Amino acid sequence: MRFFSFSKRKQAGCKAFPRADRGLLVFENTSEVIQAEKALKNEGRDIKVMGPPPEIQKGCDMVVEFPLMEELDIIRDLDRAGVSPISVVPVTGPLLEPVNLFQTKDFGEYVMVRAANMKLTVEKESQTIVNISGGGCPDVPFLAVHLIGKTLKDAPRPRDLGHTLCGYALDLAFEEMKTRCLP
Amino acid sequence: MLAIVGTVPDLNVPLLDAPVRLEGDDLLVGKHVIAPDRGTPALMMVAALAARHLGLPLPHAFLIGDEGLGAGSRELYGHLVEVLPQREYSTMVFHYLQPDVDWHNKILLTIRDMDRKPCLIADAGFMYAAKMSGQSQAYDLFTPDAGELAFLADETAPHPFYTRGFILHDENKVPDLISRAYANCNAASSLLVKGATDCIADATGILATVSEPCEEAMEAIGGTGDTVTGMVSVLIESGIPVPEASFMAARANRLAGSRAGLTPGSQISRLAPHIPGALSEAMAEVEEQRADS
Repeated sequence: MRFFSFSKRKQAGCKAFPRADRGLLVFENTSEVIQAEKALKNEGRDIKVMGPPPEIQKGCDMVVEFPLMEELDIIRDLDRAGVSPISVVPVTGPLLEPVNLFQTKDFGEYVMVRAANMKLTVEKESQTIVNISGGGCPDVPFLAVHLIGKTLKDAPRPRDLGHTLCGYALDLAFEEMKTRCLP
Repeated sequence: MLAIVGTVPDLNVPLLDAPVRLEGDDLLVGKHVIAPDRGTPALMMVAALAARHLGLPLPHAFLIGDEGLGAGSRELYGHLVEVLPQREYSTMVFHYLQPDVDWHNKILLTIRDMDRKPCLIADAGFMYAAKMSGQSQAYDLFTPDAGELAFLADETAPHPFYTRGFILHDENKVPDLISRAYANCNAASSLLVKGATDCIADATGILATVSEPCEEAMEAIGGTGDTVTGMVSVLIESGIPVPEASFMAARANRLAGSRAGLTPGSQISRLAPHIPGALSEAMAEVEEQRADS
Protein backbone atom coordinates (compact mmCIF):
# COMPACT_ATOMS: atom_id res chain seq x y z
CA MET A 1 0.00 0.00 0.00
CA ARG A 2 1.30 3.42 -0.84
CA PHE A 3 -0.43 6.37 0.74
CA PHE A 4 -0.32 9.78 -0.85
CA SER A 5 3.22 9.62 -2.11
CA PHE A 6 2.34 12.57 -4.31
CA SER A 7 4.37 11.15 -7.15
CA LYS A 8 3.69 13.66 -9.91
CA ARG A 9 3.14 12.42 -13.38
CA LYS A 10 3.34 14.77 -16.30
CA GLN A 11 0.09 15.12 -18.12
CA ALA A 12 0.47 14.94 -21.11
CA GLY A 13 -6.86 4.85 -33.90
CA CYS A 14 -7.19 2.63 -35.85
CA LYS A 15 -9.57 4.24 -38.30
CA ALA A 16 -11.45 1.98 -40.62
CA PHE A 17 -12.19 3.36 -44.06
CA PRO A 18 -15.85 3.99 -44.67
CA ARG A 19 -17.52 1.78 -47.19
CA ALA A 20 -19.79 3.62 -49.60
CA ASP A 21 -21.87 0.53 -50.23
CA ARG A 22 -22.98 0.22 -46.62
CA GLY A 23 -25.88 1.82 -44.80
CA LEU A 24 -26.94 2.18 -41.19
CA LEU A 25 -30.23 1.23 -39.63
CA VAL A 26 -30.96 3.48 -36.66
CA PHE A 27 -33.44 2.28 -34.05
CA GLU A 28 -35.25 3.81 -31.11
CA ASN A 29 -33.29 1.84 -28.53
CA THR A 30 -30.69 -0.91 -28.08
CA SER A 31 -33.36 -3.49 -27.41
CA GLU A 32 -34.74 -2.96 -30.94
CA VAL A 33 -31.23 -3.21 -32.39
CA ILE A 34 -30.85 -6.61 -30.74
CA GLN A 35 -34.21 -7.76 -32.14
CA ALA A 36 -33.32 -6.49 -35.61
CA GLU A 37 -29.93 -8.19 -35.54
CA LYS A 38 -31.53 -11.47 -34.57
CA ALA A 39 -34.19 -11.22 -37.30
CA LEU A 40 -31.71 -10.26 -40.02
CA LYS A 41 -29.16 -12.91 -39.06
CA ASN A 42 -31.93 -15.50 -39.14
CA GLU A 43 -32.56 -14.39 -42.74
CA GLY A 44 -28.86 -14.86 -43.52
CA ARG A 45 -28.21 -11.15 -44.11
CA ASP A 46 -24.66 -9.80 -44.11
CA ILE A 47 -25.07 -7.31 -41.29
CA LYS A 48 -23.02 -6.14 -38.32
CA VAL A 49 -23.87 -4.36 -35.09
CA MET A 50 -21.64 -1.31 -34.80
CA GLY A 51 -21.26 1.93 -32.88
CA PRO A 52 -23.00 4.94 -34.37
CA PRO A 53 -21.05 7.81 -35.92
CA PRO A 54 -20.68 10.82 -33.57
CA GLU A 55 -23.39 12.88 -35.29
CA ILE A 56 -26.10 10.41 -34.28
CA GLN A 57 -24.75 9.32 -30.89
CA LYS A 58 -27.22 10.03 -28.15
CA GLY A 59 -26.75 7.58 -25.32
CA CYS A 60 -26.64 3.84 -25.04
CA ASP A 61 -26.40 3.38 -28.81
CA MET A 62 -25.86 0.70 -31.43
CA VAL A 63 -26.70 0.69 -35.13
CA VAL A 64 -26.94 -2.09 -37.70
CA GLU A 65 -24.59 -1.82 -40.67
CA PHE A 66 -25.99 -3.43 -43.83
CA PRO A 67 -25.37 -3.61 -47.61
CA LEU A 68 -27.17 -0.58 -49.04
CA MET A 69 -28.18 -2.50 -52.16
CA GLU A 70 -30.32 -4.79 -50.02
CA GLU A 71 -32.17 -1.97 -48.29
CA LEU A 72 -35.63 -2.80 -49.54
CA ASP A 73 -35.39 -6.48 -48.75
CA ILE A 74 -33.98 -5.76 -45.35
CA ILE A 75 -36.72 -3.26 -44.50
CA ARG A 76 -39.23 -5.91 -45.55
CA ASP A 77 -37.55 -8.49 -43.28
CA LEU A 78 -37.71 -6.04 -40.41
CA ASP A 79 -41.38 -5.22 -41.04
CA ARG A 80 -42.14 -8.91 -40.86
CA ALA A 81 -40.24 -9.14 -37.58
CA GLY A 82 -42.20 -6.17 -36.21
CA VAL A 83 -39.22 -3.91 -35.65
CA SER A 84 -38.73 -0.87 -37.84
CA PRO A 85 -35.80 1.54 -37.91
CA ILE A 86 -36.43 5.21 -37.19
CA SER A 87 -34.02 6.13 -39.99
CA VAL A 88 -31.72 4.67 -42.62
CA VAL A 89 -28.53 6.57 -43.42
CA PRO A 90 -25.50 5.84 -45.60
CA VAL A 91 -22.17 5.17 -43.96
CA THR A 92 -20.12 8.33 -44.38
CA GLY A 93 -17.34 7.84 -41.87
CA PRO A 94 -15.54 5.25 -39.79
CA LEU A 95 -17.73 3.33 -37.37
CA LEU A 96 -16.83 2.13 -33.92
CA GLU A 97 -16.20 -1.60 -33.57
CA PRO A 98 -17.78 -3.36 -30.60
CA VAL A 99 -15.35 -4.84 -28.14
CA ASN A 100 -14.01 -8.22 -29.25
CA LEU A 101 -11.41 -8.92 -26.59
CA PHE A 102 -12.06 -11.08 -23.57
CA GLN A 103 -10.11 -11.42 -20.36
CA THR A 104 -10.35 -14.53 -18.24
CA LYS A 105 -9.41 -14.85 -14.59
CA ASP A 106 -9.12 -18.24 -12.91
CA PHE A 107 -10.04 -18.26 -9.20
CA GLY A 108 -9.59 -22.02 -8.76
CA GLU A 109 -13.14 -23.20 -8.14
CA TYR A 110 -14.47 -20.25 -10.12
CA VAL A 111 -13.70 -18.61 -13.43
CA MET A 112 -14.52 -15.05 -14.51
CA VAL A 113 -14.79 -13.73 -18.07
CA ARG A 114 -14.76 -10.01 -18.79
CA ALA A 115 -16.04 -8.38 -21.97
CA ALA A 116 -15.60 -4.59 -21.99
CA ASN A 117 -17.05 -3.42 -18.67
CA MET A 118 -19.02 -6.60 -17.87
CA LYS A 119 -17.84 -9.57 -15.82
CA LEU A 120 -19.52 -12.96 -15.48
CA THR A 121 -18.35 -15.54 -12.92
CA VAL A 122 -19.17 -19.24 -12.94
CA GLU A 123 -18.51 -22.04 -10.47
CA LYS A 124 -16.59 -24.52 -12.56
CA GLU A 125 -17.93 -27.79 -11.22
CA SER A 126 -21.64 -27.00 -11.37
CA GLN A 127 -21.30 -24.46 -14.21
CA THR A 128 -23.60 -22.21 -12.21
CA ILE A 129 -23.48 -18.45 -12.72
CA VAL A 130 -22.60 -17.09 -9.28
CA ASN A 131 -21.94 -13.42 -9.98
CA ILE A 132 -22.32 -10.62 -12.49
CA SER A 133 -20.44 -7.41 -11.94
CA GLY A 134 -19.42 -4.25 -13.72
CA GLY A 135 -21.58 -2.23 -16.08
CA GLY A 136 -23.55 0.91 -15.52
CA CYS A 137 -26.81 0.67 -17.44
CA PRO A 138 -30.03 -0.08 -15.54
CA ASP A 139 -30.54 -3.54 -17.04
CA VAL A 140 -27.37 -4.90 -15.39
CA PRO A 141 -29.00 -5.48 -11.98
CA PHE A 142 -32.07 -6.80 -13.81
CA LEU A 143 -29.98 -9.31 -15.75
CA ALA A 144 -28.16 -10.34 -12.57
CA VAL A 145 -31.49 -11.23 -10.94
CA HIS A 146 -32.39 -13.45 -13.90
CA LEU A 147 -29.02 -15.16 -14.43
CA ILE A 148 -27.41 -15.69 -11.04
CA GLY A 149 -28.08 -19.17 -9.69
CA LYS A 150 -28.74 -20.67 -13.13
CA THR A 151 -26.41 -22.99 -15.00
CA LEU A 152 -24.82 -21.88 -18.25
CA LYS A 153 -26.99 -24.41 -20.01
CA ASP A 154 -30.27 -23.23 -18.48
CA ALA A 155 -29.70 -19.50 -18.19
CA PRO A 156 -31.40 -17.19 -20.70
CA ARG A 157 -29.11 -15.32 -23.07
CA PRO A 158 -28.50 -11.80 -21.76
CA ARG A 159 -29.27 -10.40 -25.21
CA ASP A 160 -32.79 -11.86 -25.01
CA LEU A 161 -33.54 -10.00 -21.76
CA GLY A 162 -31.24 -6.98 -21.84
CA HIS A 163 -31.83 -3.64 -23.46
CA THR A 164 -28.52 -1.80 -23.41
CA LEU A 165 -24.91 -1.99 -24.51
CA CYS A 166 -23.99 -3.33 -21.06
CA GLY A 167 -26.51 -6.13 -21.64
CA TYR A 168 -24.98 -6.78 -25.04
CA ALA A 169 -21.46 -6.86 -23.56
CA LEU A 170 -22.68 -9.31 -20.92
CA ASP A 171 -24.02 -11.49 -23.72
CA LEU A 172 -20.55 -11.57 -25.28
CA ALA A 173 -19.03 -12.61 -21.94
CA PHE A 174 -21.78 -15.23 -21.54
CA GLU A 175 -21.12 -16.74 -24.97
CA GLU A 176 -17.37 -16.71 -24.36
CA MET A 177 -17.90 -18.48 -21.04
CA LYS A 178 -20.05 -21.12 -22.75
CA THR A 179 -17.35 -21.68 -25.35
CA ARG A 180 -14.81 -22.23 -22.60
CA CYS A 181 -16.91 -24.28 -20.21
CA LEU A 182 -19.46 -26.28 -22.16
CA PRO A 183 -18.48 -29.35 -24.17
CA MET B 1 -27.03 16.55 2.84
CA LEU B 2 -26.02 13.75 0.49
CA ALA B 3 -28.44 12.88 -2.33
CA ILE B 4 -28.23 9.60 -4.23
CA VAL B 5 -29.75 9.33 -7.71
CA GLY B 6 -30.26 5.97 -9.41
CA THR B 7 -32.53 3.15 -10.49
CA VAL B 8 -33.70 -0.23 -9.27
CA PRO B 9 -34.54 -3.09 -11.66
CA ASP B 10 -38.18 -3.33 -10.59
CA LEU B 11 -40.85 -1.54 -12.57
CA ASN B 12 -43.14 -1.63 -9.54
CA VAL B 13 -40.94 0.94 -7.83
CA PRO B 14 -42.44 4.36 -8.64
CA LEU B 15 -40.50 7.60 -8.68
CA LEU B 16 -39.30 8.02 -5.10
CA ASP B 17 -38.03 11.34 -3.79
CA ALA B 18 -37.59 10.56 -0.12
CA PRO B 19 -35.11 10.06 2.69
CA VAL B 20 -33.32 6.73 3.06
CA ARG B 21 -34.12 4.90 6.27
CA LEU B 22 -32.74 1.84 8.02
CA GLU B 23 -35.13 -0.36 10.00
CA GLY B 24 -33.37 -3.38 11.41
CA ASP B 25 -31.71 -5.02 8.42
CA ASP B 26 -34.11 -3.36 5.96
CA LEU B 27 -33.35 -0.46 3.63
CA LEU B 28 -36.31 1.80 3.02
CA VAL B 29 -36.87 4.72 0.71
CA GLY B 30 -40.01 6.45 1.86
CA LYS B 31 -42.33 3.53 2.63
CA HIS B 32 -40.75 1.17 0.10
CA VAL B 33 -38.48 -1.63 1.24
CA ILE B 34 -35.63 -1.89 -1.29
CA ALA B 35 -33.49 -5.03 -1.59
CA PRO B 36 -29.87 -3.83 -1.31
CA ASP B 37 -28.42 -6.69 -3.32
CA ARG B 38 -26.60 -4.77 -6.04
CA GLY B 39 -26.47 -1.52 -8.01
CA THR B 40 -27.86 1.69 -6.57
CA PRO B 41 -29.62 -0.02 -3.63
CA ALA B 42 -26.26 -1.53 -2.56
CA LEU B 43 -24.71 1.94 -2.74
CA MET B 44 -27.62 3.36 -0.70
CA MET B 45 -27.38 0.67 1.96
CA VAL B 46 -23.68 1.23 2.51
CA ALA B 47 -24.06 5.00 2.40
CA ALA B 48 -26.81 4.78 5.02
CA LEU B 49 -24.71 2.51 7.26
CA ALA B 50 -21.69 4.77 6.89
CA ALA B 51 -23.70 7.95 7.54
CA ARG B 52 -25.28 6.47 10.66
CA HIS B 53 -21.86 5.33 11.86
CA LEU B 54 -20.41 8.82 11.39
CA GLY B 55 -23.40 10.53 12.98
CA LEU B 56 -24.51 12.20 9.76
CA PRO B 57 -28.07 12.50 8.47
CA LEU B 58 -29.01 9.54 6.30
CA PRO B 59 -28.94 10.32 2.56
CA HIS B 60 -31.84 11.50 0.45
CA ALA B 61 -32.83 9.18 -2.40
CA PHE B 62 -34.08 9.85 -5.92
CA LEU B 63 -34.93 6.34 -7.09
CA ILE B 64 -37.12 4.78 -9.78
CA GLY B 65 -37.74 1.40 -11.41
CA ASP B 66 -35.94 0.91 -14.74
CA GLU B 67 -35.10 -2.42 -16.36
CA GLY B 68 -32.96 -0.90 -19.09
CA LEU B 69 -35.38 0.65 -21.58
CA GLY B 70 -34.71 4.01 -20.00
CA ALA B 71 -38.29 5.19 -19.37
CA GLY B 72 -37.74 5.28 -15.61
CA SER B 73 -34.45 7.11 -15.95
CA ARG B 74 -36.02 9.75 -18.20
CA GLU B 75 -38.90 10.27 -15.77
CA LEU B 76 -36.38 10.71 -12.98
CA TYR B 77 -34.30 13.14 -15.06
CA GLY B 78 -37.43 15.21 -15.73
CA HIS B 79 -38.27 15.25 -12.04
CA LEU B 80 -34.77 16.39 -11.09
CA VAL B 81 -34.88 19.26 -13.55
CA GLU B 82 -38.12 20.36 -11.92
CA VAL B 83 -37.20 20.04 -8.25
CA LEU B 84 -33.45 20.61 -7.95
CA PRO B 85 -33.57 24.41 -8.19
CA GLN B 86 -35.59 24.43 -4.94
CA ARG B 87 -33.36 21.94 -3.14
CA GLU B 88 -30.05 22.17 -1.35
CA TYR B 89 -27.63 19.26 -1.33
CA SER B 90 -23.97 19.49 -0.46
CA THR B 91 -23.07 16.23 -2.22
CA MET B 92 -24.83 14.41 -5.06
CA VAL B 93 -23.95 10.99 -6.43
CA PHE B 94 -25.37 9.84 -9.77
CA HIS B 95 -25.31 6.11 -10.39
CA TYR B 96 -27.17 3.42 -12.40
CA LEU B 97 -29.05 5.56 -14.89
CA GLN B 98 -29.67 5.18 -18.60
CA PRO B 99 -26.88 7.13 -20.33
CA ASP B 100 -28.55 9.95 -22.24
CA VAL B 101 -26.48 12.95 -23.25
CA ASP B 102 -29.40 15.35 -23.69
CA TRP B 103 -30.80 14.63 -20.25
CA HIS B 104 -27.33 14.66 -18.73
CA ASN B 105 -26.77 18.17 -20.04
CA LYS B 106 -30.15 19.37 -18.77
CA ILE B 107 -29.35 18.00 -15.31
CA LEU B 108 -25.97 19.70 -15.29
CA LEU B 109 -27.49 23.03 -16.34
CA THR B 110 -30.08 22.67 -13.58
CA ILE B 111 -27.38 21.97 -11.00
CA ARG B 112 -25.50 25.06 -12.11
CA ASP B 113 -28.62 27.06 -11.25
CA MET B 114 -28.75 25.73 -7.68
CA ASP B 115 -27.86 28.30 -5.03
CA ARG B 116 -24.92 26.23 -3.91
CA LYS B 117 -23.33 23.79 -6.33
CA PRO B 118 -23.03 20.38 -4.70
CA CYS B 119 -19.92 18.25 -4.84
CA LEU B 120 -20.68 15.99 -7.83
CA ILE B 121 -19.83 12.29 -7.97
CA ALA B 122 -20.67 10.11 -10.97
CA ASP B 123 -20.38 6.37 -11.40
CA ALA B 124 -21.91 3.76 -13.71
CA GLY B 125 -24.29 4.93 -16.46
CA PHE B 126 -24.29 8.57 -15.49
CA MET B 127 -20.50 8.64 -15.65
CA TYR B 128 -20.76 7.26 -19.19
CA ALA B 129 -23.13 10.08 -20.14
CA ALA B 130 -20.89 12.65 -18.46
CA LYS B 131 -17.87 11.50 -20.48
CA MET B 132 -19.84 11.27 -23.71
CA SER B 133 -21.16 14.80 -23.25
CA GLY B 134 -17.62 16.17 -22.91
CA GLN B 135 -18.48 17.61 -19.49
CA SER B 136 -16.42 15.33 -17.25
CA GLN B 137 -14.59 18.29 -15.78
CA ALA B 138 -17.78 19.50 -14.14
CA TYR B 139 -17.49 16.58 -11.72
CA ASP B 140 -15.49 16.28 -8.53
CA LEU B 141 -15.10 12.50 -8.61
CA PHE B 142 -15.54 9.58 -10.98
CA THR B 143 -15.26 6.05 -9.57
CA PRO B 144 -14.53 3.81 -12.59
CA ASP B 145 -13.26 0.26 -12.48
CA ALA B 146 -10.25 -0.59 -14.61
CA GLY B 147 -12.39 -1.40 -17.67
CA GLU B 148 -14.29 1.87 -17.35
CA LEU B 149 -11.02 3.74 -16.99
CA ALA B 150 -10.03 2.40 -20.41
CA PHE B 151 -13.31 3.82 -21.72
CA LEU B 152 -12.55 7.23 -20.18
CA ALA B 153 -9.11 7.06 -21.76
CA ASP B 154 -10.46 6.27 -25.23
CA GLU B 155 -11.50 9.64 -26.59
CA THR B 156 -13.59 8.04 -29.37
CA ALA B 157 -15.63 5.58 -27.29
CA PRO B 158 -19.17 6.70 -26.38
CA HIS B 159 -19.61 3.64 -24.12
CA PRO B 160 -17.24 1.00 -22.65
CA PHE B 161 -18.65 -1.41 -25.24
CA TYR B 162 -16.70 0.45 -27.93
CA THR B 163 -13.39 0.82 -26.13
CA ARG B 164 -10.70 0.09 -28.69
CA GLY B 165 -8.65 -3.05 -28.20
CA PHE B 166 -5.29 -1.35 -27.93
CA ILE B 167 -6.56 0.70 -25.01
CA LEU B 168 -8.71 -1.91 -23.34
CA HIS B 169 -8.13 -2.80 -19.76
CA ASP B 170 -4.67 -3.87 -18.71
CA GLU B 171 -3.96 -3.13 -15.06
CA ASN B 172 -0.32 -2.39 -15.90
CA LYS B 173 -1.45 0.48 -18.05
CA VAL B 174 -3.53 2.23 -15.38
CA PRO B 175 -1.14 5.20 -14.92
CA ASP B 176 -1.04 5.74 -18.70
CA LEU B 177 -4.81 5.45 -19.01
CA ILE B 178 -5.28 8.00 -16.22
CA SER B 179 -2.94 10.43 -18.02
CA ARG B 180 -4.75 9.84 -21.28
CA ALA B 181 -8.18 10.42 -19.71
CA TYR B 182 -7.01 13.74 -18.25
CA ALA B 183 -5.21 14.76 -21.44
CA ASN B 184 -8.50 14.43 -23.33
CA CYS B 185 -10.52 16.17 -20.58
CA ASN B 186 -12.48 12.97 -19.97
CA ALA B 187 -11.93 12.70 -16.23
CA ALA B 188 -13.42 14.36 -13.17
CA SER B 189 -11.24 16.48 -10.87
CA SER B 190 -10.39 13.27 -9.01
CA LEU B 191 -10.55 9.61 -9.96
CA LEU B 192 -10.93 6.60 -7.73
CA VAL B 193 -10.02 3.69 -10.00
CA LYS B 194 -11.19 0.38 -8.56
CA GLY B 195 -9.09 -2.65 -9.43
CA ALA B 196 -6.56 -5.18 -8.19
CA THR B 197 -4.78 -2.06 -6.96
CA ASP B 198 -7.09 0.88 -6.32
CA CYS B 199 -5.66 4.17 -7.55
CA ILE B 200 -6.56 7.65 -6.40
CA ALA B 201 -5.56 10.21 -8.99
CA ASP B 202 -6.01 13.72 -10.24
CA ALA B 203 -4.69 15.64 -13.23
CA THR B 204 -1.17 15.50 -11.81
CA GLY B 205 -1.16 11.70 -11.73
CA ILE B 206 -1.56 8.99 -9.13
CA LEU B 207 -1.76 10.36 -5.58
CA ALA B 208 -2.18 7.12 -3.67
CA THR B 209 -2.70 3.41 -4.18
CA VAL B 210 -4.45 0.79 -2.07
CA SER B 211 -3.75 -2.89 -2.61
CA GLU B 212 -4.11 -4.41 0.83
CA PRO B 213 -5.68 -6.48 2.08
CA CYS B 214 -5.64 -8.30 -1.24
CA GLU B 215 -9.16 -9.61 -1.80
CA GLU B 216 -9.14 -11.00 -5.33
CA ALA B 217 -12.65 -12.39 -5.06
CA MET B 218 -14.13 -8.92 -4.76
CA GLU B 219 -13.57 -8.22 -8.44
CA ALA B 220 -16.06 -10.93 -9.32
CA ILE B 221 -18.75 -9.91 -6.84
CA GLY B 222 -21.44 -7.62 -8.16
CA GLY B 223 -21.81 -4.52 -6.02
CA THR B 224 -18.32 -4.24 -4.53
CA GLY B 225 -17.70 -1.11 -6.59
CA ASP B 226 -21.05 0.31 -5.51
CA THR B 227 -20.08 -0.08 -1.86
CA VAL B 228 -16.89 1.94 -2.42
CA THR B 229 -18.88 4.68 -4.12
CA GLY B 230 -21.38 4.69 -1.26
CA MET B 231 -18.65 5.08 1.35
CA VAL B 232 -16.68 7.74 -0.48
CA SER B 233 -19.86 9.78 -0.98
CA VAL B 234 -20.52 9.83 2.76
CA LEU B 235 -16.90 10.61 3.62
CA ILE B 236 -16.93 13.55 1.21
CA GLU B 237 -20.23 14.69 2.68
CA SER B 238 -18.58 14.62 6.11
CA GLY B 239 -16.09 17.23 4.89
CA ILE B 240 -13.07 15.07 4.11
CA PRO B 241 -11.21 16.16 0.95
CA VAL B 242 -12.03 14.01 -2.09
CA PRO B 243 -8.65 12.25 -2.53
CA GLU B 244 -8.39 11.39 1.15
CA ALA B 245 -12.00 10.22 1.28
CA SER B 246 -11.32 8.05 -1.77
CA PHE B 247 -8.34 6.45 -0.07
CA MET B 248 -10.33 5.73 3.09
CA ALA B 249 -13.24 4.22 1.16
CA ALA B 250 -11.01 1.98 -0.94
CA ARG B 251 -9.16 0.77 2.13
CA ALA B 252 -12.35 0.26 4.17
CA ASN B 253 -13.95 -1.75 1.37
CA ARG B 254 -11.00 -4.13 1.33
CA LEU B 255 -10.99 -4.44 5.11
CA ALA B 256 -14.72 -5.21 5.07
CA GLY B 257 -14.18 -7.77 2.31
CA SER B 258 -11.40 -9.41 4.26
CA ARG B 259 -13.52 -9.67 7.40
CA ALA B 260 -16.47 -11.06 5.46
CA GLY B 261 -14.41 -13.97 4.12
CA LEU B 262 -15.64 -13.61 0.56
CA THR B 263 -15.40 -16.04 -2.34
CA PRO B 264 -16.18 -15.19 -5.99
CA GLY B 265 -19.60 -16.75 -5.35
CA SER B 266 -20.48 -14.48 -2.39
CA GLN B 267 -23.20 -11.84 -2.63
CA ILE B 268 -22.71 -8.24 -1.56
CA SER B 269 -25.02 -8.54 1.45
CA ARG B 270 -22.18 -10.31 3.30
CA LEU B 271 -20.11 -7.14 3.18
CA ALA B 272 -22.58 -4.71 4.76
CA PRO B 273 -22.28 -5.76 8.45
CA HIS B 274 -18.52 -5.15 8.29
CA ILE B 275 -18.71 -1.64 6.86
CA PRO B 276 -18.85 0.43 10.09
CA GLY B 277 -15.88 -1.32 11.70
CA ALA B 278 -13.82 -1.22 8.51
CA LEU B 279 -14.59 2.45 8.04
CA SER B 280 -13.44 3.28 11.57
CA GLU B 281 -10.20 1.38 11.05
CA ALA B 282 -9.44 3.02 7.69
CA MET B 283 -10.16 6.49 9.08
CA ALA B 284 -7.96 5.83 12.13
CA GLU B 285 -5.10 4.70 9.89
CA VAL B 286 -5.22 7.91 7.91
CA GLU B 287 -5.36 9.97 11.11
CA GLU B 288 -2.34 8.08 12.38
CA GLN B 289 -0.41 8.67 9.16
CA ARG B 290 -1.34 12.34 9.26
CA ALA B 291 -0.10 12.63 12.86
CA ASP B 292 3.16 10.90 11.91
CA SER B 293 3.89 13.12 8.94
